[in-house]
Amino acid sequence: MGASRNPQLNASGDLTHLLTLEGLPADVITHILDTAEPFASISEREVKKVPLLRGKAVFNLFFENSTRTRTTFEIAAKRLSADVINLNIGASSTSKGETLLDTVDNLCAMDADLFVVRHAQSGAPHLIASHLAAMKRSDVHVVNAGDGRHSHPTQGLLDLYTIRHYKRDFRELTVAIVGDVLHSRVARSLIHGLTTMQTPDVRVIAPRTLLPSRVEALGVHVHNDMHEGLRDCDVVVMLRLQSERMKGALLPSAGEYFKHYGLTADKLAAAKPDAIVMHPGPMNRGVEIDSAVADGDRSVILPQVTFGIAVRMAVLSIIASN
Amino acid sequence: MRIEINGGRVIDPAQSLDRVASVYIADGVISSVGTAPSGWRAERVIDASQCIVAPGLVDLAARLREPGLEHKATLESELAAAAAGGVTSLACPPDTDPPLDEPGLVEMLKHRARVISKAHVYPIGALTLGLRGEALTEMSELAEAGCVAFSNADMPMPDTQMLFRALQYAGTFGHRVWLRPQDAHLARGGVAHDGEVATRLGLPAIPVSAETIALATIATLVRETGVPVHLCRLSSAEGVAMVREAKAEGLPLTADVSAHHLHLCDVDIGWFDPQAHLMPPLRGTRDRDALRAAVVDGTIDAICSDHAPVDDDGKQVPFGEAEPGATGLELLLPLTLKWATEMNVPLMRALATLTTAPAAIIGIEPPTFRTGSRADCCIFGATDHWTVSRASLCSQGKNTPFLGLDVPGRIYYTLLAGHVVHERADRATAARP
Repeated sequence: MGASRNPQLNASGDLTHLLTLEGLPADVITHILDTAEPFASISEREVKKVPLLRGKAVFNLFFENSTRTRTTFEIAAKRLSADVINLNIGASSTSKGETLLDTVDNLCAMDADLFVVRHAQSGAPHLIASHLAAMKRSDVHVVNAGDGRHSHPTQGLLDLYTIRHYKRDFRELTVAIVGDVLHSRVARSLIHGLTTMQTPDVRVIAPRTLLPSRVEALGVHVHNDMHEGLRDCDVVVMLRLQSERMKGALLPSAGEYFKHYGLTADKLAAAKPDAIVMHPGPMNRGVEIDSAVADGDRSVILPQVTFGIAVRMAVLSIIASN
Repeated sequence: MRIEINGGRVIDPAQSLDRVASVYIADGVISSVGTAPSGWRAERVIDASQCIVAPGLVDLAARLREPGLEHKATLESELAAAAAGGVTSLACPPDTDPPLDEPGLVEMLKHRARVISKAHVYPIGALTLGLRGEALTEMSELAEAGCVAFSNADMPMPDTQMLFRALQYAGTFGHRVWLRPQDAHLARGGVAHDGEVATRLGLPAIPVSAETIALATIATLVRETGVPVHLCRLSSAEGVAMVREAKAEGLPLTADVSAHHLHLCDVDIGWFDPQAHLMPPLRGTRDRDALRAAVVDGTIDAICSDHAPVDDDGKQVPFGEAEPGATGLELLLPLTLKWATEMNVPLMRALATLTTAPAAIIGIEPPTFRTGSRADCCIFGATDHWTVSRASLCSQGKNTPFLGLDVPGRIYYTLLAGHVVHERADRATAARP
């Protein structure tokens, strides 16, 4: 039962990997968000680079397809002056017989300093982190860029950053997360982040087929009705609905889903007048969100992407300095 | 060979015997307990002082991985593990490659086990061809080859009509049927108990209803056909309650639980520990407590090892991709003793769950110290502790969630039909209170 210790903090409590927001102390989260603030303004400068990761090799290890997350990690690492190597491994590598840990060992032999890992299996980054610990490679770090349904901590952090940017105090907010919570690592990360930051009312809104059992144990209030769930919310976070889940056993059709849970101006009227609308992207317009809302003045979906680079720069620089 | 076991506390659940006495063994059978036979001259004397002398243990589920899965384990390695665990009789499930669905495979397995001669092996035949749940196997042929019961191992029977027919057919000829209650559809794709832990970790889940629906189906068919069924590996409090009720109604059902599930629950998955990936999944603490109590009150008849040696390649992958299972033969007695101590269960009763009860389920003579019985026995220090480590295990499967745990129950000697098949060199130096 050796995997029970929180594996992302080292003996002195510093962040050595970023695997999940669960169990991450509030001061560590605040430190990351504060560190991201100056990075957010770097993009407005003539010279966008800082030398914090000069000479470090960052490997983007993507076992699952991603464009946005991989690109923003790449930009973040490059702005920190790191050497960035992108590996899109997909499903084919396992069919060639190389295991996940073989891949990691090989890249360690190439003097990797930091792995940014995305994997379809929940817990894959934890496996890599515990393997590195067993190999006594405490100099090599892991940042989870999304594992199965489990966690997407940098997305959770950029969501927190966005919320803090527009709403200031987490302790006065009502936040609704709408959609496929069952399969969503984004939802799990944001829930852990918000509850750690003492947000008093975190809600999930979804049909029962898209909610995991005992989800309320994560500290959320469960709503099945959109109008009721959005009432007086400060923040509305829409989740992406994967196309393979739109028709079948979980939902009858994308159309019926939109009817009940698609965010329209009409439904958004239940939230506070200054409520912001977020989405981790990529959006399915007309499925989980109406274009008028996505492109409307309460949408902060594009700023989220920009903040994402700053937050990832903060995470990479903090971990590399520990 | 005449062997004399001296000074041990002899506990024999088959005859409710519990006293310090010497055991005399000649020609592979028990000659007497207490008083030496006339003209007795021992060729070997075993000092069992401060030890328990018990009948050899009987395990209802030990995967030996032959034929076909020799990269995980072999008969040599796993029968050595059985001997090291004090297990002298074991039933092996049919989930080999190919499955035990034709007599030749069973005969070969029996033959190989006889040659190695470290434990009596009782194969469970496949209930359906290839365990696919589509067509019956030749049960009578398989029984003649040595199968003691029929099961679909961990493969569910999605077709209820097929299950009904299988029970009718097996019942016609008096063949025993063992079933693991798990609904094929509700369990599909799941790797962990449907509860808080799976929700937190984002692991595809198996609800308790996967077990209870299957139990309801089985109970209904047992009621209708009158064919007895042994239920393998109960995992939930609700499942236990249903079995308790069905037994009270008089349905001919027996049940077992894996020793792992008496101690662990889903929380032990921690941060995705693949060692805790078991089938059925580790459920909640409430379920674990119900299982522990159910063995005490007899709702669950027997404790088994659910021995499933898995190689490192099968475990050094993310939790969801990890092969379920753990090595168990050498931990069966320690984990049972740990349960018994924690639940204030007398040794006699604890040993019955490992000897007389499983023997009755397999349908073999219970191991005992009655004069003339086959001399299968084990000698252990019930309060001698040891630490589970890869090096301490004889099994080729070194993977278990108990690695690093301190457990009671050191087995010093195992005798199979009067032959010493396991002995520990450190017996003389072992520290005992």
